[in-house]
Amino acid sequence: MPLLGRAALIVVLGLLVYAAVAGSIAAYRGRRRLLESARNALIGALAATAVASLVLAAALVGRNFELAYVADHTSRELPLHYSLSAFWGGQEGSLLLWLLVLTGMSVAAVLLNKRLTRDVLPWTVPILAGIAVFFATLLVFVASPFATRAAVADGVGLNPSLQNPYMLSHPPLLYLGYVGLTIPFAFAMAALASKRVDERWIVATRRWTLGAWTFLGIAILLGAKWAYEEVGWGGWYAWDPVENAALMPWLVATAYLHSVMVQEKKDMLRVWNVLLVAGAFALSLFGTFLTRSGILSSIHSFTQSSIGPWFLGFITLVLASSIALIIWRLPILRSRTRLESLVSREAAFLYNNLFLVAFALTILWGVLYPILSEAVRGVAVTVGAPYYDFFAIAFGLPIILLMGLGPLVAWRRASLAALGRSVAWPAGVALVAGAVLVALGAGSSPAGLVGYTFAAFVLAAIVLEFARGTRARKAGGSSTWPGAFSSLVGRNRRRYGGYVVHAAIVLLLVGAVGIGGFSTSTDARLAPGESVAVGDYTLTYLGATERRGANAVELRAELAVERGGDDLGTIAPGKNRYLAEGQTSNEVGIRTDTLRAEDLFVIADSFEGEAVFLEAFVNPLVNLIWLAGLVFLAGAVVTMWPDAREARRLARRFADGEAALARA
Amino acid sequence: MEVLALALGAVLALACVVYVALPFLREPAAEDDTLGDLSPARRRRLALEEERDRALAALKELEFDHRTGKVSDEDYRELLGPLRREVADSLRALDAPAPVADTAPGEKVDARA
Repeated sequence: MPLLGRAALIVVLGLLVYAAVAGSIAAYRGRRRLLESARNALIGALAATAVASLVLAAALVGRNFELAYVADHTSRELPLHYSLSAFWGGQEGSLLLWLLVLTGMSVAAVLLNKRLTRDVLPWTVPILAGIAVFFATLLVFVASPFATRAAVADGVGLNPSLQNPYMLSHPPLLYLGYVGLTIPFAFAMAALASKRVDERWIVATRRWTLGAWTFLGIAILLGAKWAYEEVGWGGWYAWDPVENAALMPWLVATAYLHSVMVQEKKDMLRVWNVLLVAGAFALSLFGTFLTRSGILSSIHSFTQSSIGPWFLGFITLVLASSIALIIWRLPILRSRTRLESLVSREAAFLYNNLFLVAFALTILWGVLYPILSEAVRGVAVTVGAPYYDFFAIAFGLPIILLMGLGPLVAWRRASLAALGRSVAWPAGVALVAGAVLVALGAGSSPAGLVGYTFAAFVLAAIVLEFARGTRARKAGGSSTWPGAFSSLVGRNRRRYGGYVVHAAIVLLLVGAVGIGGFSTSTDARLAPGESVAVGDYTLTYLGATERRGANAVELRAELAVERGGDDLGTIAPGKNRYLAEGQTSNEVGIRTDTLRAEDLFVIADSFEGEAVFLEAFVNPLVNLIWLAGLVFLAGAVVTMWPDAREARRLARRFADGEAALARA
Repeated sequence: MEVLALALGAVLALACVVYVALPFLREPAAEDDTLGDLSPARRRRLALEEERDRALAALKELEFDHRTGKVSDEDYRELLGPLRREVADSLRALDAPAPVADTAPGEKVDARA
């Protein structure tokens, strides 16, 4: 059925071109039926993309090696779930997934905001279709997943690094994040094109932005977990360009989620907000470009291809047209209100924005510099972890501090005396925590000590916020404490859900500092019966075992683990030799101590006769990083939970307006 | 197999064309084919309503910040007056009749916005 797949993609391209052109004419000339027709074309494009995706999925499951993509990314021995995940294991399939998610989200956003997209922001449909045209063009003319060649007896299999459970979920979630940022971008640009820069585009896209940001955040953490277990160097985040590619739009989207509150509350930062939305979207395209263009060598960049210039051209077009549109609409974007005080909630948001964007830009420079150096001077350079670590500390610590200070400051302005009273308790907790940590010997890592002290400050500030808010609700009429608490959170889900997200960031910080500043390691050559100590643990090599897995030969070093005389069982790091792929991968051994949140992490570097060369790490608190992902998700769900009161308020606003004008 | 694939592709294309043409097939000669744009009066009213909601929210926020101790009594007294004035001004502006030019006969007031 490759022909059906190709035909479906051609239909998709035709429909999207129609939606973009007809939608633009309809929006420009105010033609209702033409706009509805363009919207239907967008819906039709989703249906046709779904058909193409089903054809590819069926070919992957059925091992149809007539398709070059299937032959290059699967084999007969590859387990079924990894055959399906090969959908996003290669460039062509990834682009199809991009298009599927993009058309799906576009249709959902347009239909859920029917009134806005028809009457108020008619440019939304052509902008979304225009973006999708780019991906459909690539799939039809440059990188078709339905290219055929003479069928082979067996495929070459899937890159062993991708044969990992986290790779089943990380790429789709990453794309949901990247693509999700298209929705606020399209609505913002449509608002500018339609001259409707009031609150409505923000309200319409709030959950889309939060959703995309959540997916991106979770995808980054799942990618880190994959790298921790699969790449196996003992760390969790290596400032790899492709990891950074996902972090940059997440940071800019984080800045936007804060600054948009200033626009909602004070009608300020309108220009800044549309710039952030455009920047986050452009960075999401840049992330895809980095992953898919083959421009850089990275453990995550599984492809070398010629689509780079296409992406670069499209990113340039997006940036140039967005900036031109923003400049054109500057007169209607200017705010009438100003910052009243440098000590206020909105000022804290502004500072946090500056640090977040500065951090994103320094990461961008770190990613771009080696590429530019090679292109301009022909000299290959590497920007290593020390560069990123420096800026992570320089910008990260103030951001953490502001996470604690911001919630304690009032909107508009706060006197220093009132701020001092609010800050006193969290600052006291932080100082006590710092002193206790020094007494426990944590002073060996000054940055780590400062990080933990700031973390204590933020956590204390969050607890204080919940406690004071609940007390105020109780005093304001709630009959019970649980009732006061739930009414507090229920009436301002974004604020209190945001605090839960802040708590997640603190957990991540504690875990990252734990593994980064206080990890211990050793390496050793062990013959059977010999032991080595790492941290509190003793590892005794029992011998090597070999067994046949689903599609690989699995060689393992059996190690007995002891701590303080207690037998903790065995751990089995080793190597997998993949038969179809002809490649070998490292399989680390991890023993998690849930109570301490620490890991014993062992890599079997090589086997030599009966002996094994090991690297062993004790990674304290590393599991807080993964726990942070769950807390982050919980906080994000609270912020996104539908707010019936706000929905009623907005509905009333429109209804009142209609009624008042009908009376006039 | 190829014939089946081509036939399915053709059915898909045809179905999409019909769906795209549906607005014109359903209303071949529509009485009103214009997008229901907001009138200037409606737009001004929406802006005023947005201002009113913003001022009311700020007032509630101030009350809450005062109760939770983030705003001192002195700051509260200073901020309360201007905020109340903002709310009153926005309510007054909403009650004021729309300028004649905005509601001139023949101007469309969109009922779908």
